[in-house]
Amino acid sequence: MNRLSPRRIGLALAAPVLALLVAFVITSLVLTLFGDPVLEVWKTILHVPKPRQTVQIVNAATVFYLSAVAVAVGFRMNLFNIGVDGQYRVGVFAAAVFAGQAWLPGVFNVLVAIVVAMVAAGLWAGIAAYLKVRRGVSEVISTIMLNAIATGVVSWLFAKVAQRSEGSNITETKTIPESSQLEGLKLIPGATNRVFTLVVLAVIVGVLYWFVLGKTRFGFDLRATGRSETAAVASGVNVPRMVMTAMVASGALAGLVGMPQLFGQDHNYGTTIQSGLGFAGIGIALLGRNNPIGIAVASLLWAFLDIQSNALQIGVGVAQEIVFIIQGVILFAVVIAYELIRRTDIRLEQQRVARELAAQRHSTAATEGAPA
Amino acid sequence: MVVVHGPGGAVASDPGRVRLPHHGPAVPDPRARYARPCAEPPAPTRARTRSVAITASPPLTQTTASGTPAVELEGITKRFPGVVANKDVTFSVRRGTVHAIVGENGAGKSTLMKILYGVQRPDEGTIKVDGNVVNLHSPSDAIAAGIGMVFQHFMLADNFSVLENVVLGAEKLHGIGDAARHEIQRISDTYKLGIDPDALVGDLGVGARQRIEILKVLYRGARTLILDEPTAVLVPQEVDELFGQLADLKDEGVTVLFISHKLDEVLKVADSITVIRRGTTIDTVDPSTVNARQLAELMVGSELPSPTTEESTVTDRVLLRVEDLVLGGGGGGRPVLDGISLTIHAGEVLGIAGVEGNGQAELVEVIMGMREPTSGRVFLGDRDISDWGTRDIREAGVGYIPEDRHRHGLLLEAPLWENRILGHQTEKPNVKGQLIDAASAKADTERIVKEYDVRTPSIFVTAGSLSGGNQQKLIIGREMSHSPKVLVAAHPTRGVDVGAQASIWDHIRAARREGLAVLLISADLEELIGLSDTIRVILRGQLSGDFDPDQVTAEDLGAAMTGAGEKEQTR
Repeated sequence: MNRLSPRRIGLALAAPVLALLVAFVITSLVLTLFGDPVLEVWKTILHVPKPRQTVQIVNAATVFYLSAVAVAVGFRMNLFNIGVDGQYRVGVFAAAVFAGQAWLPGVFNVLVAIVVAMVAAGLWAGIAAYLKVRRGVSEVISTIMLNAIATGVVSWLFAKVAQRSEGSNITETKTIPESSQLEGLKLIPGATNRVFTLVVLAVIVGVLYWFVLGKTRFGFDLRATGRSETAAVASGVNVPRMVMTAMVASGALAGLVGMPQLFGQDHNYGTTIQSGLGFAGIGIALLGRNNPIGIAVASLLWAFLDIQSNALQIGVGVAQEIVFIIQGVILFAVVIAYELIRRTDIRLEQQRVARELAAQRHSTAATEGAPA
Repeated sequence: MVVVHGPGGAVASDPGRVRLPHHGPAVPDPRARYARPCAEPPAPTRARTRSVAITASPPLTQTTASGTPAVELEGITKRFPGVVANKDVTFSVRRGTVHAIVGENGAGKSTLMKILYGVQRPDEGTIKVDGNVVNLHSPSDAIAAGIGMVFQHFMLADNFSVLENVVLGAEKLHGIGDAARHEIQRISDTYKLGIDPDALVGDLGVGARQRIEILKVLYRGARTLILDEPTAVLVPQEVDELFGQLADLKDEGVTVLFISHKLDEVLKVADSITVIRRGTTIDTVDPSTVNARQLAELMVGSELPSPTTEESTVTDRVLLRVEDLVLGGGGGGRPVLDGISLTIHAGEVLGIAGVEGNGQAELVEVIMGMREPTSGRVFLGDRDISDWGTRDIREAGVGYIPEDRHRHGLLLEAPLWENRILGHQTEKPNVKGQLIDAASAKADTERIVKEYDVRTPSIFVTAGSLSGGNQQKLIIGREMSHSPKVLVAAHPTRGVDVGAQASIWDHIRAARREGLAVLLISADLEELIGLSDTIRVILRGQLSGDFDPDQVTAEDLGAAMTGAGEKEQTR
């Protein structure tokens, strides 16, 4: 008797595979319907990426991964942190401003700036946590609204600190000193560009996520709260404190989302900041079933679709936004499939337990009577 | 299918006695030829002939002829994985009567009603409506068969008028305009409900809302109403009003199934009472021949166990002391707990009897630190734990067997070994420092499974896939494994089969011998009398004096529990 029965593994893999197939079929239908070259589109998207693109995929996946883990921490205790987008924005802005000051030399500047980002984003998430614990405001509503407010607040502060580089219309914060810029790692042979140094951060976060949630008392309490709040209360978990901690932790992780790009590529906070990362994180966490490895695979898939579709417009003349349709359908399909599989799993398990117990009874010639 | 028997229509010279289905047509009845084509269901062997039921009874005033029974249930059995919610339920309801179904919470009333309303399908047995076998797959099937349900919690939109609420979802019947208004007015007049179709529901009181719910069901063509605990939300005057209403409904030939555990009310309003216990019909009795005590006895099990002549192990060392505990009701109502004081010594089992909803659940939650009392103190030994959190209280040696194991005792989707950690996340063998010690926890779960006879293929299956009895044995094993000083056990054997029940009792007795103090909350008098050293009854948030389990009868307790009859205090 083991935890990882073939049935379990089969069921776990069935959903994503099924979702991908469904997405493939539906996207093909949409393309056909509008007279786009279906075959060409798939050829473009599914071709083997060149080394340069592989680096881009890994880099994009790094960012997605951090965002998805931030979301997953909330998910594990039934908290829906829709606000990763705003928290990330607050975090990266704070870190950019701090690092730009160059108060600390080289790598220390990077490390402390990362902490600054986590604190800023964590505090921002703390607003939603406070409202939920003290006032019973749903975190879904408050984090969505805080996203909008974050955009406003950051723009306003940005206008105060930003400078315009000469001869251009681009405004940005003070560029971080060269000693604090991370050059990147040459991981992919044959690529001229480099993988973000802070891919390391994603790995550390993944390992910590697995360890803290799976192996510690705190993680047990958090998961117990997510599975059944009433049972958690009865078992002695201080649920309000748990909500507070989990939400702030989720926000602090969201603060990390912008770090690889800030130190590895942009070197300042400007108007070109990527938005929508938080929402991608929600989808990726769902697809990866809040599992550290699952999220990694899902992040790579997401990044793969994103990067590979870049060539669509030029190569095939199809808007690369088709990839949103693919991603959207994958999500829908996977959410439905997971729920179906969860129910099937519960039913199968009950049947299996009943069957095995019946078999045991037969072999031991039961003597007990039927229930009254 | 709707046959209205006018009040004067077919009044038969009924001898007046409510015939119990399993008594058979012993008395030649002039109507017997055509009255019950199906004769009698085979007498269920387990139905005992109650002496109370065959005592001579004064004639009842029958208002309608009893033709084919409005509803007949035969051998209804419903199993959930591992649990039998209903077993061989058999009774029939005569048309134009109020038929009460009584039983403790958890006795299987609600499952039964869900079956009758098409929400659940029975695994075995047949339902006949007006003599025809029906297959109810959904509530709409039930409504089509003329069965309607009025839920305990009203489903009305406050910002809609009565008319809008009634037609909502039934727009096809009479439209949403004047035709519907006339129909509502007609129903209201016929059954004397006194409802104005254009009133705003938000402006109406609870009693009126309940009448709207009844009207909604009648509007949809129901001739048999199921009322689920209808008086739970009403004040006494409204209860009287409702009973008047039910009489009017009856006069118009409507059949009412009245679910309740309030015995005095049932006796007042019902023409016939079916008692359900542990998922099965115990008996159907005539209210004029029983009193509240006898009914309580039937409801909770009257066979008093031969008192376990175990020696008293009560010591003089106080382990749990509750002083003048008060828990205010929401919105300035009467307090939920009203000055509760109790003391439990090492080796003592204090049993608390009471009808559900009289404060026992809240008492447990206050003791466990899950709820803040308004005033009063709780002491563990000589330490004041009133302000402690649940975790501190559990760490200090208070074991907890919750009333609702699914909500409070288990993580249903987690494996057994994680459930073994639950509630003891800070204690050995579950943890090492801040880390979960999965290996030790698993090993200890194996031990519990063996020692407490938890029937499971492995400790990696989810808790939800075990039967209720095995889930409960796991919980008891878990709580006992931390050698508690005090055990708070709420309904420890509810929904558990007899085998598991006996073993749970044995475990509690064994722990008591070793000096455990137990607060036992139960609705099962058999259990209370068999296990307790002292019994007290909780009624409306107040505790009665002590009863000696060696001398007390189920009747005494039943009376004290329902507030029927004088309170005997043998202090």
